[in-house]
Amino acid sequence: MSNRKINMKEKYRLLTRDLEWEYSYRDYKEIFPMEEFEGIKITDWSKWEDPFRLTMDAYWKYQAEKEKKLYAILDAFAQNNGQQNVTDARYVNAIKLFLTGISPGEHQAAMGFGHVGRQLGGVGARVACQMQAIDELRHVQTQIHAMSHYNKFFDGFQDFSHMHDRVWYLSVPKSFFDDARTAGPFEYMVAIGFSFEYVLTNLLFVPFMSGAAYNGDMATVTFGFSAQSDEARHMTLGLEIIKFLLEQHPDNVPIVQRWINKWFWRGTRMLALVAMMMDYMLPNKVMSWKEAWEVYFEEAGGALFKDLARYGIEMPAYAKTAIAEKEHISHQAWSIFYNYGHAAAFHTWMPTEEEMDWLSEKYPDTFDKYYRPRFEKWREMEAAGERFYNPTLPMLCQTCQIPMGFTDMEDPTSTFYRQSEYDGERYNFCSDGCKDIFDYEPEKYVQSWLPVHQIYQGNCGGAEMEEVLGEYYKINLGVDNMDFHGSPDEQRWNAWHNLSSAEDKLKQAS
Amino acid sequence: MSKAYIALQDNEESHYIVEAIEEDNPSATVIYQPAMIRIENEGQLIINRETVEEKMGRDWEIQALHVNLITLGGNVDEDDDQFSLTWKQ
Amino acid sequence: MSIEIKTATLEPIRHTFEHTKRRFGDKPASRYQEASYDIAPEQNFHYRPLWQPEKELFDQSRTAVRMEDWNVHKDPRQYYYGTYVQARAKLQEVTESNYAFFEKRGLADRMNDEVKAKIIRCLVPLRHAELGANMNNMFAFSYGTATVLNQGFLYQSMDRLGIAQYLSRIGLLLGGNSTENLVAAKEFWMSDPAWQGIRRYIENALCLKDWFEVFIAQDVVLDTLLYDLMYRQFDEAITEQGGSDLAMLTEFMQEWHKDSSRWVDATLKTTVGESEHNRETIAGWITDWQEKAVADLAPLAEIAVGDGAINASVDVLNKRLAKAGL
Repeated sequence: MSNRKINMKEKYRLLTRDLEWEYSYRDYKEIFPMEEFEGIKITDWSKWEDPFRLTMDAYWKYQAEKEKKLYAILDAFAQNNGQQNVTDARYVNAIKLFLTGISPGEHQAAMGFGHVGRQLGGVGARVACQMQAIDELRHVQTQIHAMSHYNKFFDGFQDFSHMHDRVWYLSVPKSFFDDARTAGPFEYMVAIGFSFEYVLTNLLFVPFMSGAAYNGDMATVTFGFSAQSDEARHMTLGLEIIKFLLEQHPDNVPIVQRWINKWFWRGTRMLALVAMMMDYMLPNKVMSWKEAWEVYFEEAGGALFKDLARYGIEMPAYAKTAIAEKEHISHQAWSIFYNYGHAAAFHTWMPTEEEMDWLSEKYPDTFDKYYRPRFEKWREMEAAGERFYNPTLPMLCQTCQIPMGFTDMEDPTSTFYRQSEYDGERYNFCSDGCKDIFDYEPEKYVQSWLPVHQIYQGNCGGAEMEEVLGEYYKINLGVDNMDFHGSPDEQRWNAWHNLSSAEDKLKQAS
Repeated sequence: MSKAYIALQDNEESHYIVEAIEEDNPSATVIYQPAMIRIENEGQLIINRETVEEKMGRDWEIQALHVNLITLGGNVDEDDDQFSLTWKQ
Repeated sequence: MSIEIKTATLEPIRHTFEHTKRRFGDKPASRYQEASYDIAPEQNFHYRPLWQPEKELFDQSRTAVRMEDWNVHKDPRQYYYGTYVQARAKLQEVTESNYAFFEKRGLADRMNDEVKAKIIRCLVPLRHAELGANMNNMFAFSYGTATVLNQGFLYQSMDRLGIAQYLSRIGLLLGGNSTENLVAAKEFWMSDPAWQGIRRYIENALCLKDWFEVFIAQDVVLDTLLYDLMYRQFDEAITEQGGSDLAMLTEFMQEWHKDSSRWVDATLKTTVGESEHNRETIAGWITDWQEKAVADLAPLAEIAVGDGAINASVDVLNKRLAKAGL
């Protein structure tokens, strides 16, 4: 007897969707208690379209193949002391920020997808989320393994997990993922599955990883692109969940639109960190942040929102502001970190003359006008032995938790500032987008663990900055922080390459 | 019409896939970037198993595409013979 | 241009991350250690969950079991994602060739109808129970505190989905890939009296709120009994009745259970050994769930294997519990 051939779609249906049964000993709502409280209406889970049809056998097979390749490269990288081959030791600071700021976010995503992978009532959606959960665990673990070798030769990687729970700028990504995970299951899906994975992560992974390749960082490009191979599945899941919610009930449309507005803005704010990584921390440049934004948000996101228009979904509110900010955001973020370089676990620096010329060329309307003069002044101060550090503690935005330093796009010389009052207290915001998010759910955002407030309240190890930075954050002072020039990282790098120090070079130049 | 696109890691296997895509989508544009290859096409982009197999000279499953995939744009439809990306407008 | 590098300058400045150094000392750490221990957030959470405002994320009070430090567990298999997925791919490859051989040689035709009917009634409906196990383990993953333990639940959960899929393929293979066996098996699962106890057990476990109790009800009590019953005793019974080729299709489950048991035993032992409070709490759960499981499994055991089958499985469970100090 020769067996009937089953195609992929049918096989998937039988091997996944058909496993579900109708519960009769317990009530559906006892098993899935979180499906209603957000106001989303699901009438029929069977209408869920599986975005990809991977059964576990194929999952294990292909993922093992990817892992085998990845670890072979990581081993070779370590054995050959690949850390010497990056373009410049300054570059390594970008991946310090990656490990301390982004990798813990992958871990949070794993937990979050595990949660919805249990709580969603449809087996198709659940299983897709479960696969994403285990993929996200893969990402955090492969990132730790890729960085493990750098940790042995550079400062600032060593306490990433401890720092992620405490350090002021790391509360930006931490609060982002905490926000999504504490939301209901459908908001989580729109936040991370759609807004982040589909609309924004390309900006993080694709041009930055291409940049890593261009800067000789074999370890990062390998985990980055290997992670991206999962990301294509994740993006597809994000798009399917949106389509599903919108098709299930017209009442879902305004809820989904509000979540898209919120999470687009929250994601855009967090990506300010990536913008500065792209424009300032990659010695060899692939493309500017602005160019990446145009390709991956304006063009790709534009196509997406045109496609979703048939459901009544519009471009996220404040997309226009975000588009205007592409000319400024990386320069402003880098200025903030340069200012507070003594309080960060990575090094900052002023761009070289050549790099400033590149920025002028890429940002003809803004760089020379608003940023170059300031940067040149800081460079002069450094040459005079008075490297500028801002000794005050910044005021943070109550929502995104970034220091208030972004400017008004109508007037790029003045800092944007908004306030709200709630329960007799005043709260500060860096943007209308962040204020809106707060105003809709103030009872949530008054809970924010704002690092600066916490320092003032004495919850971060003491009143002295040395106690906060050194003991509470566990930054090795004078080693992990301050300017790249004069750092132990720089000294080691120069010793490997028989280079003279920056000081010598400055002397020679003058 | 919006552009559907796909990006693949720049490696040996991807080169065959790109060749197949070019053959099946004559109007597609192929862009080489550091470590990756991006292919875009107005409205729709199609990958046929048969064409890839012909280029590689061996059996190849559509799902193996995921091993080299970096990113994509468009609504995905995947079955045993074809992987397609489409924007409906 | 070649540059001479003094070897001394290429000496590492540290052996490992601080989190592994604090836990295991200042020496090179394994990949398992670096990517498993102490990587979950522990404090300064920003917001309370809308779905459970009385607790924080990673809140330790989501189980009645207490640990001074949740990062003391160890997976004897030392699975992190990479080693996990490669171990499963290896098993999957063998399984795939078994299934292909079974199909190609038409081994289903060598089984008599009675044996086939028995497999469809007694084994294939387990695909639904495995989906329940998938959900229960995902629950434990998403509410646990430390990654070194949580990740084990995630692997376990995905494994159960894989097993549900292999069981479905057995149903298909025995019917020339027509879907009728799956339809019949689902019917047994939904209304055959022999299956109702197990289905009720699973549905009850899906409503639990304490994730460690879920682990006890699912992975410790039910699975120990069920895997012994179906993949040892039923396998032997079917072999005697001329269905020895079934073993080719269940090898994955047998191998998997051996592998997973190492982790289940270690997890149980560490948690029980922590304190008298834990031992008592866990013992209480075991008493409750074991009583239900034995009663619920008995009708299936009788049909699948025969008299005394459930008692043999209970012995296996008791031995296992004794090893863990219970």
